[in-house]
Amino acid sequence: MKEMALNIGPSHPATHGALRFFVELDGETIKKSNVEIGYLHRAFEKHSEVSTWTQVIPYTDRLNYCSSMMNNVGYCRAVETLLGVEIPERARFIRVIVCELSRIMDHLICLGAAAVDLGGLSNFWYFFNVREAIYDFTEKLCGARLTTNYTRIGGVMRDLTPDFADGIRKVLKDLGSAIRDVSRLLERNKIFMDRTQKVGIISKEDAISWGFTGPCLRATGVPHDLRRAEPYYHYDTFDFEIPVGTVGDVYDRLMVRFEEMRQSARIIEQAFRMIPEGPVMVKDPRIALPPKQEVYRNIEGLMNHFMLLMDGIKVPAGEVYSATEAANGELGFYIISDGGGRPYRVRVRPPCFLLTSAFSKMVEGGMIADAVAVLGSLNIIVGELDR
Amino acid sequence: MILQQLQEKFPLEIIKTGEGYGNLFAFVKKERSHEFFTYLRDEPALKFEFLIDLFGVDRLKLNESPRFEVVYQLYSLTHNHRLRVHIKVPEEELVISSVVDLWKAADWSERECWEMFGIRFEGHPNLKHLLLFEGFEGHPLRKDYPINKRQKIPIPGEIV
Repeated sequence: MKEMALNIGPSHPATHGALRFFVELDGETIKKSNVEIGYLHRAFEKHSEVSTWTQVIPYTDRLNYCSSMMNNVGYCRAVETLLGVEIPERARFIRVIVCELSRIMDHLICLGAAAVDLGGLSNFWYFFNVREAIYDFTEKLCGARLTTNYTRIGGVMRDLTPDFADGIRKVLKDLGSAIRDVSRLLERNKIFMDRTQKVGIISKEDAISWGFTGPCLRATGVPHDLRRAEPYYHYDTFDFEIPVGTVGDVYDRLMVRFEEMRQSARIIEQAFRMIPEGPVMVKDPRIALPPKQEVYRNIEGLMNHFMLLMDGIKVPAGEVYSATEAANGELGFYIISDGGGRPYRVRVRPPCFLLTSAFSKMVEGGMIADAVAVLGSLNIIVGELDR
Repeated sequence: MILQQLQEKFPLEIIKTGEGYGNLFAFVKKERSHEFFTYLRDEPALKFEFLIDLFGVDRLKLNESPRFEVVYQLYSLTHNHRLRVHIKVPEEELVISSVVDLWKAADWSERECWEMFGIRFEGHPNLKHLLLFEGFEGHPLRKDYPINKRQKIPIPGEIV
């Protein structure tokens, strides 16, 4: 028997971005695999060093472009820790709401696309409909559908629109029926089960050693979630469950995401009930831009505006690591400030970087078609993988 | 408590410890770093099973010596605590022992750290380029690497 080498990617329909894996085949069985990344490397960390603290926020949108608001929140929270700023109560709840909406959006894409990779197209349309409806509200919120740039250091850019809560409640109802439709098509589908169950298994110990976090770790049976382990933004007051899997195969990883969407919908519902009235931005002229009336009518406002835009926010010297539970797992920002208007060093801990590094090990011994199933279940987002 | 225990166990290696913004951290000399990490992972009271992240920092413009350091973010699932370890690496001897045998998560992170800062990891099984192409000159995340520098893209090799 002669081994055959096969290149998949860099832009293969199943890789959802620029990612190459090079496999050595015996028949259709993968003997060895090698993942190659870096095609999308846009030097986020280097670029941050020459941008002001606020200018970094739009770059974080492009990390995980499927749930950009969560990256904004993660970065701003790290900077606020260094500044020693407490954001207003209302802004906290808004951040929880947009984070959970982003989690739902991210999982919708991941599950829909994973089903497409396995040959089930219709699920994607059922899910993308809901995602489109959420997009309409992010557009009302911040003017953009994909690259949101919604949070600011010290709060959020603007308050929720008056129709936001009612509109999202309706979307969540649609989400419920979409989840029902799709799970009916998949859950007891013989082909889907054969393609996903006992495929790409990773044990609890291996997952921990490879640094797995998020749904992929929980699928192996570890109930670890930063929203519970290290609660931020009142996550300890919300009533929600952390779904876990048992086997750690592709099926578990996908099913954990189904359940997480239901739990996120629960959190959003509770947040709408608990959200107080009040400002959404801190009242600190060193951090927040002055209101436009003041910029146009008096010199202090005008000067303040220009100082903030040209010199940037001054962050006291120090180092901090701050992590949030993003859709894919722990999204960490490690920031060093030298006291100036620009970050000295920004390091992102992208969750899917470590998931992808285990990919080769997970597919070895399986078939080519299994590799595609595993890839879909890991939810590889090349923007945060390469940065 | 964690820091106290470490200071008692490794009194000569630890340069300083402390807490800032809720993060515990320790600055450590690079000699015996592998032994240090093995202790962190296996000691029942510490049990840092997770290597959350590993990356480099260049302190050239902060006027600190030694210039480079490798930072490890550790997390314990059992005890739900975190520790940040900075291993100091002097510019004259840019080599440090690899921790791939302790945490598999270090595999790609060390490769990235090597190509971005030029810090070599002794004992890494496959220290090759990860994010940059073969033939990239210099180490882009160093502070003395100009941000607008262009590189010559090499002619691609054989496809297979």
